[in-house]
Amino acid sequence: MTALVASDISRNFGGLQALSHVSLTVEAGERRLIIGPNGAGKTTLFNLLSGAMAVSSGNVLLFGRDITRLPTYARARMGLARTFQITNLFPRLTVLENVLLALQAGDQSAFSLHRRMRANHQLFHGADALLRKWDLTAITGKRAGDIAYGEQRQIDLILAIAMQPKVLLLDEPTAGLSAAEVVRVVSMIRSLPREITILTIEHDMDVAFELADRITVLHQGCLVVEGDVEAVRNHPQVKEIYLGVD
Amino acid sequence: MLSVQDVHTYYGDSYILQGVTLELKPGQVVGLLGRNGVGKTTLARSILGLTPAKRGTILFKGADITHMPAHRIARMGVGFVPQGRRVFRSLTVQEHLEVTARGEGRWTFDRVVELFPNLRSRLRSLAGKLSGGEQQMLAAGRALVGNPALLVMDEPTEGLAPLMVRELGQAIESLKRAGTSILLIEQQLAFALRYADVVFIMSKGRIVHHCTPAELAADAEAKARYLGV
Repeated sequence: MTALVASDISRNFGGLQALSHVSLTVEAGERRLIIGPNGAGKTTLFNLLSGAMAVSSGNVLLFGRDITRLPTYARARMGLARTFQITNLFPRLTVLENVLLALQAGDQSAFSLHRRMRANHQLFHGADALLRKWDLTAITGKRAGDIAYGEQRQIDLILAIAMQPKVLLLDEPTAGLSAAEVVRVVSMIRSLPREITILTIEHDMDVAFELADRITVLHQGCLVVEGDVEAVRNHPQVKEIYLGVD
Repeated sequence: MLSVQDVHTYYGDSYILQGVTLELKPGQVVGLLGRNGVGKTTLARSILGLTPAKRGTILFKGADITHMPAHRIARMGVGFVPQGRRVFRSLTVQEHLEVTARGEGRWTFDRVVELFPNLRSRLRSLAGKLSGGEQQMLAAGRALVGNPALLVMDEPTEGLAPLMVRELGQAIESLKRAGTSILLIEQQLAFALRYADVVFIMSKGRIVHHCTPAELAADAEAKARYLGV
């Protein structure tokens, strides 16, 4: 089964073609890596897939359903979650409150006015379990705006996981993390069940190759190479435009 | 060039820097390492006057800048590449590089856009419209055209593609040859080890270790204890 299909999608900003006729098919459960030089259109691709931006042309399918015209929240309800290059936490809420909100958003009864307290207990329990699992209980009560940047990135990832997504878009999940945190976050991502399809933008090649089944390379808004890890790593054009030649 | 002496800094009630001391000589690149949350960025902010130290002394070229306002410290020749691409979203690339240009130094507008070709092709774009990595290049370029005597870089490689990381490394070497001192806060250990002359490691608001990059590279115990790798 295919999880996500982008069919000939483009996006223009004024005169600039940020993304130009890109097509890709991601199978359910696949780990797909998106790489490319800075400004190649990687984040734009995520914006189009998640609905944060409208496509100028082309279509996006999520599990066979055309979502091209659906707003972000509708796509999120269908199981499409994303993290950002820059964290998007509620800075004045505590870490726990941030996680609770994400759990509530992933909960179908989220907006029921007459819900029982027990449901709240379940949310608290779920949030606690998530924070415990990832060894972040020490910062549970701190305001999200006050915790260290690396911790914010980890919480951002946990929020996405808390929404119980079917497809997860990760935009540079290890950027700005310490070496030890990179190890933690990579193991967090690797431990996610294969029921979740994951697309990752990543510049750390050691991390990237560890997280990928297949790699898509963008350059100047176009898809230039696609293939498995070895093929892409050794591709002469990838060396030239992205990795640099030794 | 820079002398940080027993500096203590607070965020509200939080006691962040608990007596930090370090020295930077002219043309020296000091790598500042440590896990997240240990106070590296706070140290940068104290040097820059953004979060002034409560106790201790910071000297730049012999002048006491501990309690000087940030803009005056900047004018004395301290440049800053902040973490997380803090560019002015409503200014164009060109405006960024013109507004902050200062001094007769080697880093001119032309030289910066030669270093970062992405910026040259986006001169009239608003900074907020650039990709993440391009904003990072702009933050670096903006600091370079100020021709600082001391450059504080807070995770300058974050979000840069491998090829651009190399270019940035070459820029650091060129700055160093020209006598600029650099405080390089960096999570990419390999990058810090390659370009720093000496490395300091912070933990819980203090400097807990300093050595040469070669010594750290060979010291598995220090790496495990302080950096978790």
